[in-house]
Amino acid sequence: MVSSLRRAVAEGRDRLATPLSSPPAAARLTGSGLRRGYDRRRRYYLFVVPAMVAMVGVILFPWLFTLYMSVHDWRVGSERAFVGLENYINLARDKRFLSAIVRTFYYTVLAVGFPLVLGVMAAVLFHQEFRFRSFFRALFIMPMMATPVAIALVWSMMFHPQLGVLNYLLTQVGLPPSLWVYSPDTVLASLALVETWQWTPLVMLIVVGGLAALPTDPYESALIDGASWWQVLRDITLPLIMPFIMVAAVLRVIDALKSFDTIFAITQGGPGTASETINIYLYLQAFSFYRIGHASAVVVVFFGIIVITSLVMLYLRQKTLWA
Amino acid sequence: MNVERPVRYSRRHIVKLASAAGAVAATARHQVAGAQSTPAAAADFDWQRFNGETITALMIQNPRTDLLVEHLQEFQDLTGITVNMDVVPEQQQRQKQVIEFTSGNASFDVTTVSWHVQKGLFGQGQWLADLRPMLEDPELTASDFNFDDFAPAAVTYATQSDGRIDTMPQFLDYWILYWNKEIFAQKGIAFPENLDELVAAAEALHDPDNGIFGIVARGIKNANVPVWTCFMQGWGAQPVDAEGQLQTTTEEAIAAAEVYKTLLANYAPPGVNGFNWNECQTAFSQGTAAMWFDGAGFARPLEDPAQSKVVGKVGYGLQPAGPVSRHSGIFGDGIGVVASSEKQGPAYFFCQWAANQENQARILASGAGAPARMSAYSDPAVMENLTVPEELLATLVASGEIGLPSLPAIVPVTEFRDVFGVALTNMIFGGDVREELEIATEQFQPILDESQQG
Repeated sequence: MVSSLRRAVAEGRDRLATPLSSPPAAARLTGSGLRRGYDRRRRYYLFVVPAMVAMVGVILFPWLFTLYMSVHDWRVGSERAFVGLENYINLARDKRFLSAIVRTFYYTVLAVGFPLVLGVMAAVLFHQEFRFRSFFRALFIMPMMATPVAIALVWSMMFHPQLGVLNYLLTQVGLPPSLWVYSPDTVLASLALVETWQWTPLVMLIVVGGLAALPTDPYESALIDGASWWQVLRDITLPLIMPFIMVAAVLRVIDALKSFDTIFAITQGGPGTASETINIYLYLQAFSFYRIGHASAVVVVFFGIIVITSLVMLYLRQKTLWA
Repeated sequence: MNVERPVRYSRRHIVKLASAAGAVAATARHQVAGAQSTPAAAADFDWQRFNGETITALMIQNPRTDLLVEHLQEFQDLTGITVNMDVVPEQQQRQKQVIEFTSGNASFDVTTVSWHVQKGLFGQGQWLADLRPMLEDPELTASDFNFDDFAPAAVTYATQSDGRIDTMPQFLDYWILYWNKEIFAQKGIAFPENLDELVAAAEALHDPDNGIFGIVARGIKNANVPVWTCFMQGWGAQPVDAEGQLQTTTEEAIAAAEVYKTLLANYAPPGVNGFNWNECQTAFSQGTAAMWFDGAGFARPLEDPAQSKVVGKVGYGLQPAGPVSRHSGIFGDGIGVVASSEKQGPAYFFCQWAANQENQARILASGAGAPARMSAYSDPAVMENLTVPEELLATLVASGEIGLPSLPAIVPVTEFRDVFGVALTNMIFGGDVREELEIATEQFQPILDESQQG
């Protein structure tokens, strides 16, 4: 059954691989017709110019300028001086920056892992037929629609050690109060809790879409073979929806790596530097300390980290595609 | 060693000081021949000389700017100058200023400056015009403006190290000690006049089992640094001396940090390491903290029954003295004319109007903060419409006599706050005071050196 499924997917992929732009053999032109086609294509380039200008203006130029600034010592209010790779060397020696990298990955693992697990569980639940399913599903995705800073402010109040509702709830069930974002030991986990609350619905939506697209044949076969609910989930559902889970994981990893608003609004990187991720560090260097050259080097390094992580994630996603 | 004895201010002393300051200000006003309280009445002065001009003002969004916006028509009627008010939240305003000044093409002609954060940077960049020639020019400054009316602390703050006055003083934020009189009375404890008494009072009042904490103050990095530097003032010390050398590992700096650590690690609410002023305000206004050390601008919410459970119970006391001297830490704002502006005259007129007696009095009367002019504190119109307790007024006047900047006027002041803020937060978690200050000093010294090399 699974092999037939793989065959169908492979055929579909082959069809998609055929270039849609290839003209039929009968329509191919030679001589003056070819020249006319070439001239027309040249005229088409004019239509691309506005987009090219925009791309150069808002992507290519800022990026090249960032590279340029990253090899200069430039503080706002003082002269610019070329320093070669000194900013990068300083970064490699900066314990605070290195700690921020470690923290960023730790936070990313938490802020991706929990939403993935809970989102898949929610998707499996919402894939079942039950009364008021649409209503509960709509309710479930509401956190995703809220503004991150507004969410952060509400959670700040909830985390308050004396007046927050979270500690009130803990004490109501006989548990000791926690310091949440006010302790270096629990701050990253608490921030990941906010991310989990907000972004679990996104994972659920992606995976529930995948579940809806799954073929019914394997499930019918499993039913006939007497497979248990757990066996169906483990051996059929999860492998089949893995590409969708990986899509969600890629999106979440990129999002969590560059997370800023929630952390800044709740802790500003504190207590001390306990929640200072790369983005918070970058913000401080650029917009609080006005160390533009140093901050530009951080941008370049951070960009590299995101690209490498994304490539790893995309590679892993390729591995999970139905062969 | 010349040891100055701590100044002790009784309540009666403070009231006397307030009256005296009022009298001085009133006398100063009367000394101006023919002067009356409104600039419009200075008949010999041509307020209309820039009639028809248009200027842009980049201002911080706060209650003081709200007052200026509310009464802007007065200025436009008086001068015929049109003002485009660009009102932006504090952080964004500072960023916008720096970015535009660096680009060399500022889009505004006049702007508010937060001295405690920006004084050094603006001084280095010379982005604002020196106001001294304009102040001395009778064609530009109305005869009743009376620059001498500004509190000495405010004028010191507005003056750069090279003697240039590049902002007109507008607002001072004195650090004071809020105290819950009801909690103090229950324990039979008097207001702490010095740091030893402060620590003893915090210990005696600390009763976490009954939901009362001895004291609350800023613990979050960056915002917490003025608490420590204010305590340092009690030893007659500053974190950066007049020669620009760091004094952050001296015995005085360490002693002040020990006080900070003792108070916040032992007698403050759990989680205080993450508290900025707003969390402190919440703790104090809900009656869970017996004392709160912070800027003086919080009387309004503390006396508002809709926001506070301590209405009518709050005492407003001077910053406690140290073993050597008594001072009051200050933050402050000024308003200046952009050096590259082609409309410096109209922009200066706006500064003059914004900092006149009437607008300064409005700040105090509405509870929007502590104005920089001394006369505001004895203005009969203010006393009639006062929305804050008179005790606060007296404390503000007394603070004006002993005010010193809370933060050093160096260019990398934000980095200073960040680096030493982390050290102070670490102390709350048990970090060794001397060690933390030494580490922070080692980190910050190269940054300071680099900034001083220009």
